Amino acid sequence: MHELPVTQALLDLALEQAKKAHAARVADIYIEVGQLSSYVDDSIQFYWDIISRGTLAEGAELHFQRIPLQMQCKTCESTFQPSEHSFACPDCGSEQVHITAGEELRMVGIDIERREQPEEVIR
Amino acid sequence: MTERIAVVEQIMGANDRLAAQNRKRLDEADVFAINLMASPGAGKTSLIEHTVPALANEFSIAVIDGDVATSIDARRAAAAGARAVQINTGGECHLDAVMLQEGLDQLDLEAVDLLIVENVGNLICPAGFALGTHKNVLIASVPEGSDKPYKYPAMYRGVDALVINKIDLLPYVDFDMSYFQRGVEILNPGVLTFPISCKTRDGLLAWITWIRTLVD
Repeated sequence: MHELPVTQALLDLALEQAKKAHAARVADIYIEVGQLSSYVDDSIQFYWDIISRGTLAEGAELHFQRIPLQMQCKTCESTFQPSEHSFACPDCGSEQVHITAGEELRMVGIDIERREQPEEVIR
Repeated sequence: MTERIAVVEQIMGANDRLAAQNRKRLDEADVFAINLMASPGAGKTSLIEHTVPALANEFSIAVIDGDVATSIDARRAAAAGARAVQINTGGECHLDAVMLQEGLDQLDLEAVDLLIVENVGNLICPAGFALGTHKNVLIASVPEGSDKPYKYPAMYRGVDALVINKIDLLPYVDFDMSYFQRGVEILNPGVLTFPISCKTRDGLLAWITWIRTLVD
């Protein structure tokens, strides 16, 4: 359910950037989604197809990069993805660990097309 | 020919901006607000029923109740002595800043000292939506099991305090408190924790004292 307001926020951001760049159309949108933000790509895409209609970003392709929950051990400094039942470091067993990635929910770029400029006349 | 524009923008911007507006409104009216989150049945409404009467002599208390469709919880909060406002989310699984704004519209904020927001019972979605409250509190309960921080890390990650309810059931349920607390400590180092039982009233004094200090 909650993908709709996120999709709306994404559309607003993309259109804002497109306007700034004087784009004619937004072709692609790149999004990073961390595991902890628990959003479903398919739902965002579903809402996107509906709410982007009639805007500069209509038909833009959404590219999701999923970022898994990642932790780093403070004892041996190794970086790992925790298992379902434990946050302990798989290398040394320490539970002195902290989260280093997986909380993202951000737009990291858009591809735009500019209005056709009249070409220089080539003689 | 397409052209790449590299910009990094947090997608929750719109909700966060509205949450900041809610916070400003609360601050201007001198209202202290708490967002109570938990899975269904963890004891959100029970905790409100114990908190409101304990503080009703000192503060004017309001409760905004987020529920998918019913008003049972709001009626319980009103019976406990709070001004209660019901927000039916119409199927939404969490409250967001817009819904809280609508709830605030229904209250005379100048006449409120403490606002308790009871979020929709859910361990996933409320974590993603700031409301603008001053403190976010998660209620875990013993029968849910001690693996919840590992299964729902986002929920444990962002809260300011953690209530562990139904501790009277510890002798009867396989709840590994050390395993639970180790997970919590990694996700949210040093988070303030209140082990309580709404049934036996164990631990409630510490919780109520904490709220009193915050509102004062």
